[in-house]
Amino acid sequence: MSSVRYVLGIESTAHTFGCGVVSSEGVVLSNSKSEYVPKAGGIHPREASQFHAANASATIRDSLSVAKMDLSQIDAVAFSAGPGLGPCLRTGATAARMLSLMAGVPLIPVNHCIAHIEIGRVACKEDDPLIVYVSGGNTIVSAFSDGRYRIFGETLDIALGNCLDTFARALGLGHPGVPKIESLADEGKVFIPLPYVVKGQDVSYSGLLTMAIRKSKESDPNDLSLSLLEVAYGMLAEVTERALAHTEKPSLLLTGGVARSQRLQRMLESVCREHAARFHVVAPEVAGDNGAMIAWAGYLGLLKGQEIQVEKSFIKPKWRLDQVEVPWRT
Amino acid sequence: MADLKLIKRGAEAELYRGEWLGFDAIFKRRVRKAYRNADLDRLIRSTRTSLEAKLLSGAKRIGVPTPVIYSVDLHKTEIVMSYIDGTTLKKLLPDMGDAEINVIFSVVGDCVAKLHRGGIVHGDLTTSNILVINGKIFFIDFGLGEYTESLEARGVDIHLMRRALESSHYQSSRLAYQSFAEAYSKTLGDGAEEVLRRVGEIRRRGRYVDGGRCMVD
Repeated sequence: MSSVRYVLGIESTAHTFGCGVVSSEGVVLSNSKSEYVPKAGGIHPREASQFHAANASATIRDSLSVAKMDLSQIDAVAFSAGPGLGPCLRTGATAARMLSLMAGVPLIPVNHCIAHIEIGRVACKEDDPLIVYVSGGNTIVSAFSDGRYRIFGETLDIALGNCLDTFARALGLGHPGVPKIESLADEGKVFIPLPYVVKGQDVSYSGLLTMAIRKSKESDPNDLSLSLLEVAYGMLAEVTERALAHTEKPSLLLTGGVARSQRLQRMLESVCREHAARFHVVAPEVAGDNGAMIAWAGYLGLLKGQEIQVEKSFIKPKWRLDQVEVPWRT
Repeated sequence: MADLKLIKRGAEAELYRGEWLGFDAIFKRRVRKAYRNADLDRLIRSTRTSLEAKLLSGAKRIGVPTPVIYSVDLHKTEIVMSYIDGTTLKKLLPDMGDAEINVIFSVVGDCVAKLHRGGIVHGDLTTSNILVINGKIFFIDFGLGEYTESLEARGVDIHLMRRALESSHYQSSRLAYQSFAEAYSKTLGDGAEEVLRRVGEIRRRGRYVDGGRCMVD
């Protein structure tokens, strides 16, 4: 497999259709994406998948053209096989299968969560960081042990990004919600108590969201935004701190779409300082869902023979992070 | 109280060892967290300190070994308690054989059942929070616990322990949980089956767990 130089990756778990090309050195050569934005409410899986189908071809072409390549130079095609929304995953998988057959190169199924972790790890050059992975769909504190990324803590219900996005919509702040809540919070002064729910290593955001929306009628939006972020991020910081103390990992990697939040970065950096751990955050270009991270995780998997026949390349909408063998790490 | 020696900087508290009226004692101080909003921080530290003190002595009263409380200071958010010269189960577990694991987790199961029967959930049953000394175990760190008899809280209590076992001690987690569940059922009696069923249900509520969210068993 030493002949593998360039891998193309397709991402389509939720609202982003992404296509990226990476080299075997972990350099991102292109990372194109198109993003489905619902007219109202959250993601509608079927509409999102139709959006992806309509934009797949242009996104893939753009990715190859930015990388200054044509399909014949690609050595393998990776796709996000899960976890995610079924209709969206199927659209990306179909595109990836087709590319793999056209180019006559291996097809590699990639776990979306693993991709978020590995793209952060290659850039920060940390061998064994504690992982905090936060996005619209996931909230996970994880560390590598015994051949897999084990889950130390996670959300018991909705994800952090989901909680904040829904609150933003309820306040009519639009999409993307997190930066808007953060700028309101910067003006907030009074802390309004909200449900702070930490259970062991886990967090729960659904009660917090309900209460925050309920209080939005009577409270100052700046104060409420401040309080929501302090409680939501504070809960995550607490379980992160506990995981750091428990695992004694030398460093922490913050990854996923919500990793772009500077307020969250500051908070976790402060946690790291107290425990003498090095703090790293994934680069903003590869923080949210993207194809390049799939390509890179696909490359790592390919080195360990994780290619799959097209006939067997099923999607796995419920593919948990801790079910995945990680043979490229020891 | 002059010579306090910092022995551990945990996630939420600093532990000092020193003398308290002639007794060998641990001073557990919940320290201010710079990353947290000051009002929220104050609230969390004082509620947990007061609750932990109540639960530590409550647990002892119903026959579950815990340190003896000497003093509680809500202003300093500090609990002074007896020093237990034990080793965490986390440290001992990797070197334990199957027979030993079976014995120790049977004791854990028995104790957790007593806690639940007495209306207490621990809230953070990791192997770091169980001290072992000459085959006897002590429970510490009740800061996330509560007085409740709800089925859900009991289920979550055990679910969290099981998950902590799987993430930190994957090799022995199955056997450990089995021994735990057997002893827990024996001590708790009739209600145990319902609690353990709920544990399975809570597990399936997790994101992307096989079996789906609404299936029963």
